[in-house]
Amino acid sequence: MDLLQLAIKTGIYALMAGTLVFALGVVMLKNLFHAALSLAAVLIGTAILYLVFHAEFMAAVQILLYVGAVITVIIFAIMLTEHIAERSIIQRNKQSLPALLGVLALLVLIGKVLLKTPWPVNPSTLDARVSVSDLGVALMGTYVFPFEVISILLVGALIGAVVIARKDSRP
Amino acid sequence: MNLIPLNHILIFSLALFGIGIYGILTRRNIIGILISIELVLNAANINLIAFSKTTSLSPETGLVFALFVIAIAAITVAVGLAIVLALYRSRKTIFADEVHLLKW
Amino acid sequence: MVTADWIYLVPLFPLMAFVVNLLWGARFLKNKAAWVSIVASVAACAVALPICVKVFGGARFSNEFVWLTIGSGTLRFGYLVDPLSASLLSMVTIVGTLIQIYAAGYMAGDPRFSRFFAYVSLFMFAMLTLTIANNFILFFMAWEIMGLCSYLLIGFYFEKTSAAKAGLKAFLTTRVGDVGFLIGMLTLFATLGTLDFSEINSLLTGTSQARLGINTSLLAISALCIFCGTIGKSAQFPLHVWLPDAMEGPTPVSALIHAATMVAAGVFLIARSFVIFMAVPGTMPVVTTIGCVTAFMAAFIALTQTDIKRILAYSTISQLGYMVTALGMQGLGAGTFHLITHAFFKALLFLGAGSVIHGTHVQDIRQMGGLFKKMPHTALTFIIASLALAGVPPLSGFWSKDEILLTAFASGHSLVFWTLLLTAFMTAFYMFRLVFMTFFGKARDPKVHAHESPALMTLPLWALAVGAILLGIPGSPMTHHWFQRFLAHAIHHPEYHPSTFVMTCSVVAAISGIALAGIIYSKNIRWAEAIAKTFRPLYQLSFNKFYFDEIYSKYIIRPFNAVGAIFFKFDASIIDGAVNGAGTGSLWIGAVKNWIDQHIVDGLVNFMGTFTRLLNSIVKRLQTGFVQNYLLIAFLSFLVFIIWELKLI
Repeated sequence: MDLLQLAIKTGIYALMAGTLVFALGVVMLKNLFHAALSLAAVLIGTAILYLVFHAEFMAAVQILLYVGAVITVIIFAIMLTEHIAERSIIQRNKQSLPALLGVLALLVLIGKVLLKTPWPVNPSTLDARVSVSDLGVALMGTYVFPFEVISILLVGALIGAVVIARKDSRP
Repeated sequence: MNLIPLNHILIFSLALFGIGIYGILTRRNIIGILISIELVLNAANINLIAFSKTTSLSPETGLVFALFVIAIAAITVAVGLAIVLALYRSRKTIFADEVHLLKW
Repeated sequence: MVTADWIYLVPLFPLMAFVVNLLWGARFLKNKAAWVSIVASVAACAVALPICVKVFGGARFSNEFVWLTIGSGTLRFGYLVDPLSASLLSMVTIVGTLIQIYAAGYMAGDPRFSRFFAYVSLFMFAMLTLTIANNFILFFMAWEIMGLCSYLLIGFYFEKTSAAKAGLKAFLTTRVGDVGFLIGMLTLFATLGTLDFSEINSLLTGTSQARLGINTSLLAISALCIFCGTIGKSAQFPLHVWLPDAMEGPTPVSALIHAATMVAAGVFLIARSFVIFMAVPGTMPVVTTIGCVTAFMAAFIALTQTDIKRILAYSTISQLGYMVTALGMQGLGAGTFHLITHAFFKALLFLGAGSVIHGTHVQDIRQMGGLFKKMPHTALTFIIASLALAGVPPLSGFWSKDEILLTAFASGHSLVFWTLLLTAFMTAFYMFRLVFMTFFGKARDPKVHAHESPALMTLPLWALAVGAILLGIPGSPMTHHWFQRFLAHAIHHPEYHPSTFVMTCSVVAAISGIALAGIIYSKNIRWAEAIAKTFRPLYQLSFNKFYFDEIYSKYIIRPFNAVGAIFFKFDASIIDGAVNGAGTGSLWIGAVKNWIDQHIVDGLVNFMGTFTRLLNSIVKRLQTGFVQNYLLIAFLSFLVFIIWELKLI
């Protein structure tokens, strides 16, 4: 048992590390296509992490939506706009240093706060397993308002994207 | 869940968040910025899920929230990429630092 | 029927004639303007003579009205018709009317005909006012108006430069005298407190109580200063220089103003203020001396003059000298008597000369000759007047001149007597020199064609001739010196019994003068040239009028002009310089202000702009246009915010 747990723990930590590595790849890779693929890896890694959290539905949705749809769209866009000849162009802009410093500062700060805070872990929640039907009920019951708003938002975004990306066909 | 202490998850998502911020601020390619935004949102999602599974009173709250965030992220990407396409069509560029007409 | 207050009408008629002729003469009346003046003059005569007759009968009239009130003092104007003014009034009206009738003929055809008569009417107004004035102020005002008319009429032919200059010379010279007159008037007022003739009379002839408080030295000064007015107006030495030049005016003007009336006003002034002179007997010798010198000097000059009017002008000066001398010797009756008779025969002489000039169109006697046959009326009346002037009995001039000589002899002024006697000889000589050269002998200039003047001119000549003949009678022993006694009722003065010695002397002087002139000038004119060569310096002195004009020009006029030029330079440089300096100063101040405005004020404004731009150039770099820059800034601000909050915690 210990070994299994240890193996699982190690596996999870390795997963997290790998995700972070792939995240770094997202922001640093010159080739955008590779960056997109790294993003895909990150998303998959996140999905597996969700499984660890016993949020299976989330993991599934993550894979479906993110990796399936979003990444696809991003790949489409990259393909549509890629200048293949520009591989050697620097992908970082002039403010990389201040940004780095800022981010590090952020990490340090929030990390410190984070570690100091005594998070009230609720044991009953720890053991709870949320089923899809529960989720569905919550979605349609308590959270119906945000649900509807999201739908409107989706419609709006749809129309907006179509309008923006439409070819300007005026004579 | 009791396998990994909450703090570690939180640090992990913080690191992801920081990397994502760094990417937003640094990437020249607009699509690069967009995928960095995805990272940030993802980090937020992990946080939500982690908290909903450990400290919240009702476990499905975080899940629903995260669901909505995913939806929003998708919208963001869609609209952003539409903008990128429009920009590419008119300016023939996808680099953010070449799009600086609104300056002094 | 005619009451005394009607006397106001006497000067008023000519004044109305003046206004009518001035306003409507040029356009509407033209040649009829003379009738307006003559009618006014006749009307004045008609009103004046009855009143004068009453005064001759022994009456005296005076009245006055208040003109204006200043504080506690009042200015009153009015008339005083006493024997003195009645005599003069009758003379002025009659002679004035006759001369104006003559002038209607003489000035016919002149383009400024109506203006001439307007001026003459104004003059008549002034002269009549002067005659009846009852105080010095009204007298002086009329005096000044007469001076103005004299200027206007002398310069009547103002296109001739000599005429314009002569008018100015007359005005300025009499002005010098008038300043003295004014000072005399003011001193008199300061001394006596009044300028009214009647009041002065009563003050100075009253009881010694009233006279004790009067400052006699100031009174003497005022008397002498008043005499200055006479020196100017009556052309006495040294201010006589204007009268010969005044002959530039038309001949009727010369007759009226410069022979009969205006120049007589000076003598009339002394007569009016006689009481003042009598109150300070020390001033009398001054008067006598000046009069005597004038008489002799003018007669001496007249001996060699060749212009017919100049000879008459010097003759006038000489006769005025006679009158002034008489008054200086307290002979009021003699002086006034001579004034009246002189007016008639001198006016007649001038009008006759005018007739001659009108007929021959020349004025130089060397160009005339033998005019007796061609101009009989003129010649006859002229000779009558010359006889009167020379002092041949029984004409009027003899009686009046004899009175003066008598006064001189009997009052002990023997030097004066012999000088005046010599002058009488010279008078007779030069007058008959004139007569013989003009009317007798052969015509010297063949170009001169003479003709007799029209009746309008010759009738006044005869009228004046009658006066010249007959007017001697009222003052002669035949009426027992009625005239002198008549005047003495108003002012007491010494009277002398007639002396046959004096009479004989004057007759001898006159006849010998006429005879000598007759011998030389009717047959032997070359003798005249010989005499002139022999006594060359005397001749030059006489011919050049004792060089008075040259002396005045060099020693008085030129220094005055120099002083005037200095003052002008002062005015131009300093005062105008001050004004210009003020202007330049303002420009300076303006320039300084301009500099301040440009550099400091505008600099301030510009600085504000520059400063804003400076700030802008720093701040605008925030807006880079890079979205990621904005994001970075937002992120860093968020970090700062967190740090701030967390640290505060």
